[in-house]
Amino acid sequence: MDIGLGHYLTVAAILFTIGIAGIFLNRKNVIIILMSVELMLLAVNINLVAFSAELNDLVGQIFAMFVLTVAAAEASIGLAILVVYFRNRGSIAVEDINMMKG
Amino acid sequence: MVVLALAFYLFAGITIASGVMVVATRNPVHSVLFLILAFFNSAGLFVLMGAEFLAMILVVVYVGAVAVLFLFVVMMLDINYAELKEGFIRYLPIGALIGAILLIELLVVIGAWAIVPTAEERAPTPTAMPEGVTNTEALGRLLYTEYVYLFQAAGIVLLIAMIGAIVLTLRQREGVRRQRIADQIGRQREEVLAIRKVEPGGGVS
Repeated sequence: MDIGLGHYLTVAAILFTIGIAGIFLNRKNVIIILMSVELMLLAVNINLVAFSAELNDLVGQIFAMFVLTVAAAEASIGLAILVVYFRNRGSIAVEDINMMKG
Repeated sequence: MVVLALAFYLFAGITIASGVMVVATRNPVHSVLFLILAFFNSAGLFVLMGAEFLAMILVVVYVGAVAVLFLFVVMMLDINYAELKEGFIRYLPIGALIGAILLIELLVVIGAWAIVPTAEERAPTPTAMPEGVTNTEALGRLLYTEYVYLFQAAGIVLLIAMIGAIVLTLRQREGVRRQRIADQIGRQREEVLAIRKVEPGGGVS
């Protein structure tokens, strides 16, 4: 019943996998894709904090805080782009985003 | 010890279950609410690991700001979400396959992996948790001394994100009448006022 590093890493791995599967499953909906990215960043944070607690090193938590900052910035910019895109095209389907033919 | 394990399994189970619901549910509003549940329970996991400050930051920043931002956007945009959900069954096999492969790989890595016993001695800068200090104070001592430049850089990232979001979404609509204070103040008497001599019974033409 002892909870160690491996348990937390397993939770983080499962959460990360859910995030990646979510991107594949919801290929049409940008909002769900952004939420999946948030889930993956959360898994990364759990990893960082688990190692920080295991190795008794606070730098992991500092780094997790920076990851959180960047995640917040990414969410705000992504949603702003989404709103502008919806205003211009009236839809947020990923398949419609092909004007640059990339 | 048993209580700790029970708390861990409770938080981890709810986190993973709500993570699955985020990607699987039909209604995006429910997705956002499950995302909030996942964030709350991972904050619980952080508390179990002894990172109280990050747990509270997670609740404040993620639940209070990011998730509510998602909720705003989901509710503001008028989208037919049933249409967007159509490919779900079609992409289910490939998504599940890739997810399963990745999960197995990650679990193999976690299972067959160990920390070098001398890792703590070989750390370039030992920054162990000081004795008799709360997690928040220890983090603050480290963040405002050793990592102050990175802290400032994070602030700049947030500032640029804020400016970018405003620039992207601000728009000037045509045909909307607004109050223009400079024009109001800059009016001259000669432009707007004319004095006419009115004859009795004649009216103004």
